[in-house]
Amino acid sequence: MSLDTVKHAAETPDVAQPWKELGLKEDEYARIREILGRRPTGAELAMYSVMWSEHCSYKSSKVHLKQFGEKAPANDAMLVGIGENAGVVDVGQGYAVTFKVESHNHPSYIEPYQGAATGVGGIVRDILAMGARPVAVVDPLRFGAADHPDTKRVLPGVVAGIGGYGNCLGLPNIGGEVVFDACYQGNPLVNAGCIGVMKHEDIHLAKASGPGNKVILYGARTGGDGIGGVSVLASETFESTGPAKRPAVQVGDPFQEKLLIECTLEIFKEKLVAGIQDLGGAGLSCATSELASAGSGGMRVELDTVPLRDSSLSPEEILMSESQERMCAIVEPHHVERFLEICEKWDVIATVIGEVTEGSQLEIFWHGEQIVEVPPRSVAHEGPTYHRPFARPSWQDALQADDAGKLARPANGAELREQVLKLIASPNQASKSWITDQYDRFVQGNTVLAMPEDAGMVRIDEESNLGVAMATDGNGRYAKLDPYTGAQLALAESYRNVAASGAKPLAISDCLNFGSPEDPDVMWQFAEATRGLADGCLELGTPVTGGNVSLYNQTGETAIHPTPVVAVLGVIDDVTRRTPVAFAEEGQLLYLLGDTREEFGGSAWSEVVHGHLGGMPPKVDLGREKLLGEILISASRDGMIDAAHDLSDGGLIQAVTESCLRGGKGARLVVPDGLDAFTFLFSESAGRAVVSVPRSEELRFNDMCGARGLPVARIGVVDGEEIEIQGEFSIPLSELRTAHEATIPALLA
Amino acid sequence: MTSRPSPTTTREGGPSGRSNTRIGVVTFPGTLDDKDSLRAVRLAGAEPVSLWHRDKDLHQVDAVILAGGFSYGDYLRAGAISRFSPVMETVIEQAKAGMPVLGICNGFQVLTEAHLLPGAMLRNDHLHFICRDQKLRVENAETAWTSDYSAGQEISVPLKNMDGRYVADERVLDELEAEGRVAFRYLDKNPNGSLRDIAGITNAAGNVVGLMPHPEHAVEPLTGTGRTDGLGFFTSIIKKLVNA
Repeated sequence: MSLDTVKHAAETPDVAQPWKELGLKEDEYARIREILGRRPTGAELAMYSVMWSEHCSYKSSKVHLKQFGEKAPANDAMLVGIGENAGVVDVGQGYAVTFKVESHNHPSYIEPYQGAATGVGGIVRDILAMGARPVAVVDPLRFGAADHPDTKRVLPGVVAGIGGYGNCLGLPNIGGEVVFDACYQGNPLVNAGCIGVMKHEDIHLAKASGPGNKVILYGARTGGDGIGGVSVLASETFESTGPAKRPAVQVGDPFQEKLLIECTLEIFKEKLVAGIQDLGGAGLSCATSELASAGSGGMRVELDTVPLRDSSLSPEEILMSESQERMCAIVEPHHVERFLEICEKWDVIATVIGEVTEGSQLEIFWHGEQIVEVPPRSVAHEGPTYHRPFARPSWQDALQADDAGKLARPANGAELREQVLKLIASPNQASKSWITDQYDRFVQGNTVLAMPEDAGMVRIDEESNLGVAMATDGNGRYAKLDPYTGAQLALAESYRNVAASGAKPLAISDCLNFGSPEDPDVMWQFAEATRGLADGCLELGTPVTGGNVSLYNQTGETAIHPTPVVAVLGVIDDVTRRTPVAFAEEGQLLYLLGDTREEFGGSAWSEVVHGHLGGMPPKVDLGREKLLGEILISASRDGMIDAAHDLSDGGLIQAVTESCLRGGKGARLVVPDGLDAFTFLFSESAGRAVVSVPRSEELRFNDMCGARGLPVARIGVVDGEEIEIQGEFSIPLSELRTAHEATIPALLA
Repeated sequence: MTSRPSPTTTREGGPSGRSNTRIGVVTFPGTLDDKDSLRAVRLAGAEPVSLWHRDKDLHQVDAVILAGGFSYGDYLRAGAISRFSPVMETVIEQAKAGMPVLGICNGFQVLTEAHLLPGAMLRNDHLHFICRDQKLRVENAETAWTSDYSAGQEISVPLKNMDGRYVADERVLDELEAEGRVAFRYLDKNPNGSLRDIAGITNAAGNVVGLMPHPEHAVEPLTGTGRTDGLGFFTSIIKKLVNA
């Protein structure tokens, strides 16, 4: 069949087109015809279909996401907001930081290694496209039940993929999470985050302006990988002379990405680009339409100049290919030569594929014949918007009424001891070092804190010791019980983790993982969670700088727990003042900060001991979180504490166990007045932390907490070779260590 | 080898004071720990000099470090392609003439591929990348890069690699042992299945040393594993060059 040119499309209005197979709805196809005043060409249809997909257009979620802008707290730190590849935050001393978390859930289930690997690659290019040097990555991961056979297929592949790709880029992996829950069995969540640093004047935006400026595609050659539904179109529109079935999952080459990073940074340094965009989802379709749309509008691309790995690719396939390790830059003509020289230095292929034009249309040609003529905004920014119906699920009340308070509690010290050991050895609470030791956390030589610390922290200036910290948190169990509160608890925990490390929380990014938006129950969870997060960010004064939504995480009718993952970014003026979690100094005093209540709904204890999920999650008091954060930051800066650990899932005993094992020291604890031992050890009340205070600082620390109205209780001392709960039980560190560290290797190694 | 006056000394010297010693760090495509080695050189008090793989000129450096990473993506075999790069022609020639060369991790792999050191590195026996704080024993404190340590001294430095299992045939291993050319041995736990727990070796002259662990990541109390056990590599070479 001949090429489906714009002219041909105008002359043949009645040709049947595979819009349905490409995932478009009938009214969406009609709208495309209306925009163009004719039927779309095959290439245009391909572009609209991917750009109007849920993944690219946020068509189901954007009516809810707009709250993040509407309720954004006034914050001078925001230099670039939502809408760009990633938001940019001022961290002082002329530095700006950009960070973002994205999902690569579906590809990672199909092909764990490449799915996870290219997830890292994609987020790193996003950060790079803002003009920043990527300085660290984090990986929040969720898998099915730890003992399920398929987890043993998915998890090692995902971890090897993250390591295999990330370790080759020379970026330290400094944090994240690993969570197991049967709800993720058919839908593992592979989220990837990246932090980048730049000087204020180096911020680059994805925009093509200035007629005559050249469009340069550089990086890997374009291949047939990552072409999803478009192969349907290719096979229907064209004779299938080329390879028929393309892998839908992209294949990554971290070596190419490393060269792309270094090459791009050198190009930035010489200020050679007017605009830049990475090629991720929807490939060239996305990059060209977004760049043109954000600029004056006009762009002309000669698609046949794109360097290919496979010469049999059709123009539609080239437009849709999600081949990794590619970037698209807008370059003024007099900079082109130098741009190409730098690419040559790094052995990176670079090709001028088009230019910015005076017009307002995105025009794409194939060997001189025009196959695309569209208003770029209609592709990139004017996709459909859905107001999906949502309603509180019929089962929500019964779930919340199933109170965890009624569960049988340990009756004596021996039972407490047994349940403590069971808790810290359970897959979710056990040490994840078997996993995180497969990631390079040292490279670049600026890692100050890395997992299992509360937050990852990197130094960004060796002279001044300025640093940034990041934590990512989410708790699907809490969010299932109450999505509004669950989202705020994720925010609160991440905020608390950053503050516990000594850094001041500044802004957040989120990755919202949910089931199908076509299910009103799921849409209600999504609406509640976004409302909770937006309200929470307003109260804490931490704007949402950007993020990602992953929907359709469900198997058949069963959706995953609603899982909003929140990444909080913080800044610390002097990284030498950071606070680690380790209790390392014998004789120091342990203080519990905050209020402990009987809160067990969604708790680790209810899961591990009773296999229960019901009731209400812990209460959120963001005012208290803010106060606790201020205390932790002040105490760190003024040398009043030597260690701090936030309290979250698993409660106090989990935190104390981790801090003791990390420091190689025991602790003697006394149950404070007004609490029973069980609640003291296992409650998951929010807004709490445990800190280790040198005796010389005790008075000053108490005075500060008293003056600012934060409840504190002295609960014990760092001492010996065991954890002892006075009058209840004691467990030697060696026994705790075996219980805590043996679980994951036994399941997965 | 004598130290030369340098036009641009980047900063005041570190523990061993100011020095005009120039130490080069090679960047291949895919090298990752080059900046870390440059920093370690600077903190130890010498002048760090970046060397580029396509450039045969060593820019008057007194010693060369081949840094860690995945040069050329570790394609074919780790270090196999880098060994043929233009800069290596000069490094090999100079190393044979006595210039001190330190290969760290991927750099060690390059040195074995270049036949400046015997043996080879295979994939870790457990087949995973491993990143950990590794205890080592310095077996030979007389090389150009280890004189600030004492023989038998135990140090901890980060280890991070995928292909770290040192192998050589029995004859070579026996020879290395007999000649005192096993420079470092893993303690506590052999992390990758290296034969005879070998973590690093030296050539007979003691100027070329290679090891899998990363001393350049153990030079500041603030970063890495919080120890400075690796600084001795860099102070050793500076003393050697200054006193030469």
